[in-house]
Amino acid sequence: MKSLGSIRRAFAPWNDPGAKPYIHFDKVTKKFGDFTAVNDLSLAVYEREFFALLGASGCGKSTLLRMLAGFEEPTSGRIMLDGQDLAGIPPYRRPVNMMFQSYALFPHMSVEKNIAFGLKQEGMPKAEIDKRVAEMLKLVKLEPFAKRKPHQLSGGQRQRVALARSVAKRPKVLLLDEPLGALDKKLREETQFELMDLQQELGLTFVVVTHDQEEAMTMADRIAIMDKGQVMQVATPAEVYEAPASRFVANFVGNVNMFEGKVAERSGSSVRITGGTGAQIMVENAGEAAKDADVAFAIRPEKIRVSSKRPADAVNALQGEVYDIAYLGDMTVYHVRLDDGQMVRAATMNATRVVDDPLTWDDKAWISFRPDAGVVLTQ
Amino acid sequence: MTNVALPAADTATAAQKPLPARLAAAFVSRLVIIVPYVWLLFFFLIPFLIVFKISLSTTAIAMPPYAPVLGFGDGISGFIDGLKQLSFDNYVWLTQDALYFNAYITSVIVAGISTFLTLLIGYPIAYGMARAPASLRPTLLMMVILPFWTSFLIRVYAWIGILKPEGLLNQLLLGIGVIQEPLIITNTYTAIFIGIVYSYLPFMVLPLYSSLEKMDHSLIEAAQDLGCQPIAAFWKITFPLSIPGVVAGCLLVFIPAVGEFVIPDLLGSSRTLMIGKTLWTEFFTNRDWPVSSAVAIILLLVLIVPIVFFQNAQARAQEAGR
Repeated sequence: MKSLGSIRRAFAPWNDPGAKPYIHFDKVTKKFGDFTAVNDLSLAVYEREFFALLGASGCGKSTLLRMLAGFEEPTSGRIMLDGQDLAGIPPYRRPVNMMFQSYALFPHMSVEKNIAFGLKQEGMPKAEIDKRVAEMLKLVKLEPFAKRKPHQLSGGQRQRVALARSVAKRPKVLLLDEPLGALDKKLREETQFELMDLQQELGLTFVVVTHDQEEAMTMADRIAIMDKGQVMQVATPAEVYEAPASRFVANFVGNVNMFEGKVAERSGSSVRITGGTGAQIMVENAGEAAKDADVAFAIRPEKIRVSSKRPADAVNALQGEVYDIAYLGDMTVYHVRLDDGQMVRAATMNATRVVDDPLTWDDKAWISFRPDAGVVLTQ
Repeated sequence: MTNVALPAADTATAAQKPLPARLAAAFVSRLVIIVPYVWLLFFFLIPFLIVFKISLSTTAIAMPPYAPVLGFGDGISGFIDGLKQLSFDNYVWLTQDALYFNAYITSVIVAGISTFLTLLIGYPIAYGMARAPASLRPTLLMMVILPFWTSFLIRVYAWIGILKPEGLLNQLLLGIGVIQEPLIITNTYTAIFIGIVYSYLPFMVLPLYSSLEKMDHSLIEAAQDLGCQPIAAFWKITFPLSIPGVVAGCLLVFIPAVGEFVIPDLLGSSRTLMIGKTLWTEFFTNRDWPVSSAVAIILLLVLIVPIVFFQNAQARAQEAGR
């Protein structure tokens, strides 16, 4: 069986036509004065989903989150949560909790008081609060730090306190605003997996806002890629990466090489694309690009082979010369300047310690790729 | 391998710098700390000692009006004779006349009530300023400081014009029919409270503003997100976090208010007994420098002891829960 990208878990309510969305943004617009932060946006998130809103700063993703939390009201449109219209419900009555980017830990309260804060507001009996707080401390592995104040903790520990505080009330939805933004790279990678485990363990619906695509790809079941207040594509990480819907998405997520051209010939699902300077590219499963349409062929660097000679079996091969080489340890990235001047980025996994066909700066080189290695984009 | 040893050799030479050079370097780094201490020595400690010495003298019809005048005109033995004449009689006198004790108590109470009123009025102002759009804040700040550009005396005088029976306030209230008889405000404690609150409001607002302004608004959002209504969020988050500003503002108002002389003199009645006025009377009317110096020294102790105690407590609290 073939699959697009690797499969993580068999959870795909979005493919089930009978499934009811848990959170539903229905034609939501949010304006701040003249500025439109969110523009006629519709989006469905399903129960127990780990959903990521990915976009550059100012794309409206945080506004979307804040509208869900109740800190902003939509200018028009509706937001439904579990069948309930959220309009007019203040933040302190919404069954959602948020983990803030700055963590927003109360500096004058100890770790356990911070975690207990929301439960106290609920009027939960003290014995139960203590039990829940202990449970939360165990969950985030902070039992020895219960009595400490936030300023006595490291960045990673503070992040976990913020997390424990926001899940302590067992909200219907947990909103995470750049949850790992303040952590260093190594800690961030560890915490990504911790967050995923936590979500599985608690069975909550997570909506995370991030500008870090790696973070979104690692954690989320589905990603919504946003730009200028609109959703460009909603799909699983693998679909977003391997089958981007547009040039914007292809460019935004990961590295990509883009060849602009025209569809010269179409037979079945395969097309032949002619580039500006006559380069020919054969693509299988090319979607619905019609003959003579202006299209872009997008291919990821790791799907391109670099060699000193043209591989005999190659369907698509273009000639150029090595312009730059970056050796990253696990892989080597080549920048190859094609004869028509276009720069191509190719990444080769360093699967062996000894390289058979070494290339160096200014060497003549061929780049080659399979006809199903890239996608044809019409938008 | 030899290269590796080089940096170690470098540090060795650094440690073996000649002693004078190291002393000079240490001196320069200390100089920064020495400057404020020298300032305090010359403009606080030495004047304090002079006043303290006068408080131990006796009055004399002379110039200056006290004896002994310590000096070396009669040699060392004359100086020692002078020292022998000093006594704590003036302090004993302060305890024997209830006037002084009452004046201290009244001053502390008046200053305490005024400080509380200033906090009550200043907090909402500071809060509003801190929540105002960032572009508006410098203007608001300017408006708080603006009254300082007019003479303090003139501003207090102006209040007489406003508060007196035929003054602006009474005319306004009579005009709109709220009252039938003019209110008697001048020459009462109410007038003193109004004067102190008005004059010292900026000293309350500024530290409050600075502690409220730097507070992260997402803390309030977090509290609301966790189910806290806005008013409860204020008392559970905003207010506790602004306590350093509250303390600083209260001290800045309370300390000068205790020794305040101009406001009770102009706005209060002649019967108003406050320590600043007592001190003034002793000094200028009775020309009793030694007693007025003793009054001043006691006033200083009355103020300093609780403040030092309070600041220590606060420093410890801050150490524990920043």
